[in-house]
This record gives sequence, C-alpha cells and structure tokens, in this order.
Amino acid sequence: MSVQAAPPLEERQKPPRRRKKSAALYEVVVPLIATAGLFLLWEGACRAFDIPGYLLPAPTDIWKDTMAIGPTVAGHTMATFKTVMLGFVVSILISLPLAVVLTASPAIAAAVYPFLVWTQSIPKVALAPILVVLLGTNELPRIVITVLVAFFPLVISIATGLLSVPPELIELSRACRASKLSELLRIRLPYAIPFIFAGLKVAISLAVVGAVVAEFVNADAGLGFLIQTSTAFFKVPVAFGALIILSVMGVVLFQIVVAAERVFFPWSSSNTTPGA
Amino acid sequence: MISLNRVTRIFNSRDGDQVTALQDVSLEIGRNEFITLVGPSGCGKSTLLRIVAGLILPTAGRASIGGEEITEPRAETGIVFQAPTLLPWASVLDNVLFPLRMMHRIDSTSTDKAMALIKLVGLTGFEGKSPRELSGGMQQRVAICRALVHDPDILLMDEPFGALDALTREEMTMELLRIWSERPKTVLFVTHSITEAVVLADRVVVMSPRPGRIAEIIDIGLPRPRSFETETTPEFHEASHRIRQLIFGTRHVSSGRAAA
Ligand SMILES: Nc1ncnc2c1ncn2[C@@H]1O[C@H](COP(=O)(O)OP(=O)(O)OP(=O)(O)O)[C@@H](O)[C@H]1O
Ligand SMILES: [Mg+2]
Repeated sequence: MSVQAAPPLEERQKPPRRRKKSAALYEVVVPLIATAGLFLLWEGACRAFDIPGYLLPAPTDIWKDTMAIGPTVAGHTMATFKTVMLGFVVSILISLPLAVVLTASPAIAAAVYPFLVWTQSIPKVALAPILVVLLGTNELPRIVITVLVAFFPLVISIATGLLSVPPELIELSRACRASKLSELLRIRLPYAIPFIFAGLKVAISLAVVGAVVAEFVNADAGLGFLIQTSTAFFKVPVAFGALIILSVMGVVLFQIVVAAERVFFPWSSSNTTPGA
Repeated sequence: MISLNRVTRIFNSRDGDQVTALQDVSLEIGRNEFITLVGPSGCGKSTLLRIVAGLILPTAGRASIGGEEITEPRAETGIVFQAPTLLPWASVLDNVLFPLRMMHRIDSTSTDKAMALIKLVGLTGFEGKSPRELSGGMQQRVAICRALVHDPDILLMDEPFGALDALTREEMTMELLRIWSERPKTVLFVTHSITEAVVLADRVVVMSPRPGRIAEIIDIGLPRPRSFETETTPEFHEASHRIRQLIFGTRHVSSGRAAA
C-alpha cells in the first residue's frame, strides 16, 4: 500500500503506460506472492511443531480432505453463492430507491431513518431463528438476513452521494427548468457513482458475511452449513477448506465490483480506489 | 430590459436571526448593457444575481425582465458561477450541450452551435477531452460556453474569474469583451476586482453591506474596444478611485494610495 501511495520520484515521472503496467503488477503479483508465502509458512509451522490437525490443520490436509468430498463442497459453494448474489441484488434494488426517497424529502427521511437504524441495531444472529419461524425453512429467511446485513451501508453511501452534488449544478438544473426526475437521472445519480461503488464494495463483502450467518441458523446446504456440520464431526480440515473458499469468494466478488467500476465508469474509479 | 424596483430580500438564518441581504435595491438595466457589481463580501451581490436568475424570489419589491415579473428561472438566461462546476463524467462538448439536453432543446444544429462556441473561446481540439484534463482557465471557458449555448439574451456571471490566476484572468476578461461584442447581450457581472469592473462595464454598481444596498452607480464613459492599457488613462483612474472611496471610505483610500 505504502509503495503505491508514495512512489519514488523516478517512477512517478515514467510515461503513464509503464506506470499502469507496474501498478497492475503490484496489484496482482505482490498479493499472490504474499499469500503463497503465508501458506508455505503455515504448512512449515504445522509440520515443524507437529500441530494436531483438530487445532490447526496443515494446508495440504485441508486440500486433501476438501477435495475428497469435492462435488459436495462444490454444491455447498453454489448454494452460498446463490444466497450471496440474491441478497446483494435485492440489497441494491432496495437501497437505490430508498436512498432517492430519503434524500428527496426531509419529512420521509425523518420518518424512515429511525427504522433504518433500528434494523441495524438488531443482532442478525438473534433474528435469524425468528425469521425461520416466520418465513419457513427455505431460501427466503437466508436472503432476508443477507439483505439486512448488507443494505444499510449501501443506502447511506448512495444517499451521501446524491447529496454531494455541488449546489451550483442543482441551480444550473433549476435554471434550465429541468424536472426533478431529470435532475436525478442526469446530475445526482451520475454524481453519486463513486459513492455507490464505495457502498457496493462494502455491501458485497457484508453479503458473504450475512449469507453465512443465515446458514449457521437455518440451512441444509451452503458453506456455513458445511462448517457447522464438519466441526460437529471433528472434520476440522473440511471446515477450514470451507472457510478458505468463503474468503476467496469474498475477495473475488469484491474485485469484480472494483473491475466493473473501472470498466463502466473510468472517470470514477480514481476517486474511490485508494492507492490507484 | 431588467428592472429592479425596491427589491428587498431577507433570509432566515438557522439560528432564527433574520439577515437582510438586500434592501430597497432599485436598478434599471438596458438591453445589451454590460453592468458590473462590486462591493465587499456579504453585500448581497450573489443574492441580487439569484433574484434576476429567478432562483430565489424577493421578499418585497418587484424584479422584472421586459416588464414581466420574475417568478421562476427563465430559459433565455445564462449563468456562469465562480467555480466552473462541469460534469466530471462528460466531455467538453457534452458539458457545453448539457443545458440544451436539460431543456429538451437538443436538435441537429446543437452540436454545430456548441462547436462554434468552443471555437470562439479557443478550445477547438478539446471537445472530446474530459474536464479533468483541462486547466482551470480552460474549464471556466467551457462553463462560459455552457452558459451561452442556448443563446440567452441575459448573461449572469458570479465572480466567474475568481479562481483564476492574474494573467489568465486578464486574458479571460478580454475574451469576454470580445464575445460580448460579437454576440451582444445584457450582462450582469459580479467581481471583486475594481480594475476588472471598470474595464468591462458600461456602468459599475457599487454596493455596500449590512443591509445590502446600492451605494452608487458609476457611468464608465471609456471608449470601446477596451483593454487593460486603458488602466493608465485619467478617466479610468477617476472611476476606480471613486469606487475605492465608496468601498473603503475616504481616509483608507488616500493612505492606501500614498503607500502604493
Ligand atoms: N441561502 C441563504 N440563507 C441565509 N442567508 C443567506 C443566504 N444566502 C445569502 N445569505 C446572507 O445574505 C448576505 C448576502 O449574501 P451574498 O451571498 O449575496 O453576498 P455576496 O455579496 O455575494 O458576498 P461574496 O462577495 O462573499 O460572494 C450574507 O450576509 C449571507 O450570509
Ligand atoms: Mg457571492
């Protein structure tokens, strides 16, 4: 990070193309090397100190045991992925109109805001079993939990973005006698794009967390369910395997959001990606 | 063309106090006249501009354009703000076209009109660039094009060159005069620079604060076309001296001149 934030002087003066290339190198290669190094250290430590498998399984054992039930793990991964994606999409579908309404009218904002904060103050783990009773043991309560965990930061960042428009531009829009709708579509929403993506990055990470929380309480499939059942049977390496898949899923989904912003809104990414 | 008749505007500030931003301001502005507004900070210059723009209404008195009371923004008015405030995601050309888009007035001739304006301010070749790739002066030129694209007959400018360095500022001032002589319109121009005010104006409106009033209106009889060379003439000197007197009071100005 610090390498990117303050590049040495000679590097800053290099032509942009090469700088971009070396930045990509930093972003991909350095983390990969660091991860590989960490796993090697982990493997070495497990062997050197003969750490028992139920405390900290070695990466090779995790790989072996997880691959042994490969198709089952793949099924659980897909189940979790589905919950995460549905929860994420529903969060967006709720957050966007909610943020628009919140910023459009102070009265509605005053009425709705306490409820929003309230949904955040409920511990989701405690809410999950109640939702199962209410909604049945199916996909629905899991998605609801995921949404409840993920949507709040998204609403807040979209609302912040919608309000970040310079007042002059709003005056310009009024001077053009534009409707509130075209003000929203042509000025406020585009202005909010960097904020929306900042929110999406938080939301996608939280959606993974929310999905697993929901699976802990109510599921017959999913990586959260797999972690629970495998720890119950002391299959610690499989639990670790599921954990690693979860974190990879989180990182990959996060990076997809980052890439989507760079591809579709190139003018925006520099504002929000630290160090880029 | 623009007529203000005893216009008063009072704001309710957040702590419940009332601020009289403008009090009993009366002003008649003729068609294609160039008016500059000077005065200390907080004397209501921006408020006056906003009232003429129809963005806010007077608390008392009457503001009208061509005899018609101003009750809402009017399509034939262009506005340039202190900061360029361009859309960061749109190209120079799209920024210039933006008001037409918002007014649903875009048609096959719009792009040509915009390109002609871009040429007028000397930005040909930059149409496709994004605002981030332009200098502050270039951005402000784009903002001026944006204010002119729907061919308004009134141009309101609120310290449009405030954020520019002195050299760019002089250059832009001359450019504005050139644009105005090529496409005459009624201009209301707020500035903090007395020199700028005198060089540009047919009449300089000097305002005084708390409450915001018109202290004096000074006719500038200097021949056009003008340039900053005019600064050395006695008429110029007389006008700017009078403005300084009005703003700072007599004593300050004489000591200020001795020091300078
Ligand atoms: N929306 C508002 N709400 C409350 N008070 C306001 C508002 N707009 C302006 N005022 C007050 O009205 C007075 C005049 O403000 P205005 O912006 O017109 O001054 P100005 O002459 O443009 O000053 P400056 O040269 O600093 O831009 C100030 O005292 C300001 O605090
Ligand atoms: Mg002002």
